Amino acid sequence: MVVWNERYEKIDRKELVQLQLERLQQTLSRVYRRVSHYHNLFNKISFDPLEVSDLTDLNKIPFTTKETLRSAYPYDMFAVPLREVVRMHSTSGTSGEPLVVGYTQNDIEHWTDLTARVLSAGGVTQDDIVQICFPYGLFTGGLGFHYGAEKIGASVIPSSEADVERQIIIMRDYHTTAIVCAPTIAALLCATLEEKGITPAELQLRKGLFGAEPWAESFRREIEEKLRISAVDNYGLTEIMGPGVSYECHLKQGLHISEDHFIPEVIDPETGEVLPPGKKGELVITTITKEAYPLIRYRTGDLTRLIRGPCPCGRSSIRMERVFERLDDMIILNGMKMFPSQFEQIISEAVKPTPSYRLVIDRQGNLDELEIQIEVSKEIFDDEMGKLTDLELKILKVVKGRLDFIPRIRLVEPATLDAPPGIDPPMKKKRVIDRRPRLE
Amino acid sequence: MLTVRSLKSFYDTICALKAVSIHVNRGEIVTLIGANGSGKSTFLKAIAGLVPKSTGSILFEEREILGRSPSLIVRSGIALVPEGRQLFSPMTVLDNLLLGSYTRYSFRNRRKVLEMTEKTFSSFPVLAERRKQLAGTLSGGEQQMLSIARALMSEPKLLLLDEPSIGLAPKVVEGIFRSLVALKEETRLTVFLVEQNARLALEICQRGYVIETGQVTLSGDRDELLHNKEVLRAYLGKE
Repeated sequence: MVVWNERYEKIDRKELVQLQLERLQQTLSRVYRRVSHYHNLFNKISFDPLEVSDLTDLNKIPFTTKETLRSAYPYDMFAVPLREVVRMHSTSGTSGEPLVVGYTQNDIEHWTDLTARVLSAGGVTQDDIVQICFPYGLFTGGLGFHYGAEKIGASVIPSSEADVERQIIIMRDYHTTAIVCAPTIAALLCATLEEKGITPAELQLRKGLFGAEPWAESFRREIEEKLRISAVDNYGLTEIMGPGVSYECHLKQGLHISEDHFIPEVIDPETGEVLPPGKKGELVITTITKEAYPLIRYRTGDLTRLIRGPCPCGRSSIRMERVFERLDDMIILNGMKMFPSQFEQIISEAVKPTPSYRLVIDRQGNLDELEIQIEVSKEIFDDEMGKLTDLELKILKVVKGRLDFIPRIRLVEPATLDAPPGIDPPMKKKRVIDRRPRLE
Repeated sequence: MLTVRSLKSFYDTICALKAVSIHVNRGEIVTLIGANGSGKSTFLKAIAGLVPKSTGSILFEEREILGRSPSLIVRSGIALVPEGRQLFSPMTVLDNLLLGSYTRYSFRNRRKVLEMTEKTFSSFPVLAERRKQLAGTLSGGEQQMLSIARALMSEPKLLLLDEPSIGLAPKVVEGIFRSLVALKEETRLTVFLVEQNARLALEICQRGYVIETGQVTLSGDRDELLHNKEVLRAYLGKE
C-alpha cells in the first residue's frame, strides 16, 4: 500500500512535536496580528500568544465555536486580505446560516496533498479510474478530492451530482475502479444496481471512499459484500479545510489525523476539560498551516476518541475513532443521554437484514417517551405472530440492558418510513423525530 | 540537527525574541528572512551564545547548548559568520584564518591546522593569492569570503551566516552564494542563513522562516514561501 507523503505521514513523533510547536506559534502570532476576533479575545483574557512555549499551553486558549464563525460572516475570520484568497467554499447551511471559508494558493496545495493522502490510503493509485460523486461547487468534497486524485495521477471522472442512473452508466462504461462519495449516495447506487440487475462482476469497481457523513460498520460490511469493494472512511469539515483531516488506511483501525496540519484534542463537551487518549468526547481541532482561514481550538461537534500508538501500516500519526455521532444528535431522555447510533447498533444486531427504523420521541405529562418504529420487510415478516413478538422482546431486552430504560416498539408496514430504498447509511437526522414541546 | 524551542532573548529589559522555534536538519540550507530590526541577528547571536539573557531551549545534536559559553559552542560544531565580517584588519589573511582555528590549535595539532588552512585556501583561491595581504586591504567581497573561510577553520557542522550579502555588489554576492552552495554539496555542511536579501536567500535554501518583530510568523518549503503573496510583497517587492 502506497503512503503518499512518507516524509510527513511517517514522521518521527519527536520531530512532529517540534514541527507542531513551530507551526502553532506562527499561527498564533498570525491570528493575533490579523484576525480581529482573536486579537480582541487574547487581549480580553490577557493571553499572550507567545506564552505558548509548549504544545500543552494550547489549553489556555478558549475554544472557537461555530457561533463565532457565524457572527464573523462573511469575511471577519479571514487572516489574509481577499486578494490573497484564490478559492472560497461554503458550508451547506443545513444546520443554520452558511459560512464562507477561504483558501490561499498554499492552502490549496496543502489540501491537494491531504486528499492525495486520503486517496492513497484508500488504495487509489495512478492506475485507477476515480469517479467523484460529490457535488462540485460550494461544497468542499468535489473539488477537494478532485485535486488530490489528479495529483496522484489517477483518471478522474468528475461525475459530481449527475443522477443515479447516469452515475451507473458512467461507472459501468468508463470502467470506474474507485468511487468517492457520501455513503448515502453509495447506498443509492448499490440499490439501483440491484434493481437493474447489474452484478459487481459487470463492473470494475474495487474501492470505495466514503465520507462527509457518518456510516455504520454494518453498512461497511453490507456494501463491501454487495459491491465487492473495500470501503474506507475519511473525515473532514469545511470550517477546517474539507476532506483530508483524517482518513482510514487499508487496515481500517481508526482514522489517521494529518497532524502536520492539524492539532487534535478531545474534550468533555460540558466542562471543556481536555480528555486523555481513549476517552470519548468532542473533537477540537487547531489548524497550524492554514493561511486564509486559520482556526484555534475549533469545536467540531463530532464525538470520537483519540487512539495513540503506531498503526501497523507505518503511519505514525495519532488516530481517531470513526465518528458515528455529533453532539447535536444527542438525545436527552428524562435526563439520560443517548445517541441514535446506539439504537442503530442494537437494531442491526437484533434484526437481519437491518430494517429501516425511526425513533420518535414525545412527552407524556412530564415524562419523555421513546418509540422505536421498525419496518417489517418481507425478509423479516413472519406469519407467526410469536416470532415478531420475540423480536420485539429481544430489542427491548438489549435496550434495557445497555441504555437502562424501556422503549415502546412498534412494527410498521414496509415503505412507511420514507427511507431510500435498499441499504441506507444510518444515523441521518431524519431517523429521529422529536415531538416534545420546546422548553423556552 | 539544530532544534530551537521557544527561545526568548532580552537586551536589558527589552524582549528582542519572543518564543522563537525553528529546526534545521542535517545537510539543509535553511534561511530566516525578515526586515531590519526584526530580531534576525539576535537570533543567530543567541545560538552562538552571545546573548546571555536568553530562555527556552537550543538543542544541537540532541544536547542543550543554551547557557554554554561561546567557545564551547564553537567546539561543539557551530560557527558564526558575523554581520559586517568582523575581521582583524591589521592582520594578514593567513593570521585571520588561523584565528578561526583558535579552539583547535595546539602545538600537537599544528600540522593538522596547517593542512586545514591549505584546504580552505583551495576552496577560496582568491584568498590563497592574498594570504600575506592585510585583511583590511581586501575588497568587500574578499573580506566576506575571508570571514566565511575563518568560520570554516573551526571545522563546524553547522554554519550560521548573518547577512553575508550586506554592502556588496550583486555580482559579488552571487559569487559568495555560489561558493556556499558548492561548499554544502562538497562537505555536507549544514547552513542557517539570515538574510535581508530574501530573493537570494530563497534561491539557495530548501526551507525558510519569516520573522516579524521577534516572532516567527510563517515557515515553509522554498516553494511555499515563494507562493505566499505576503512574502512576495514584503520581501521580494513583487505584485
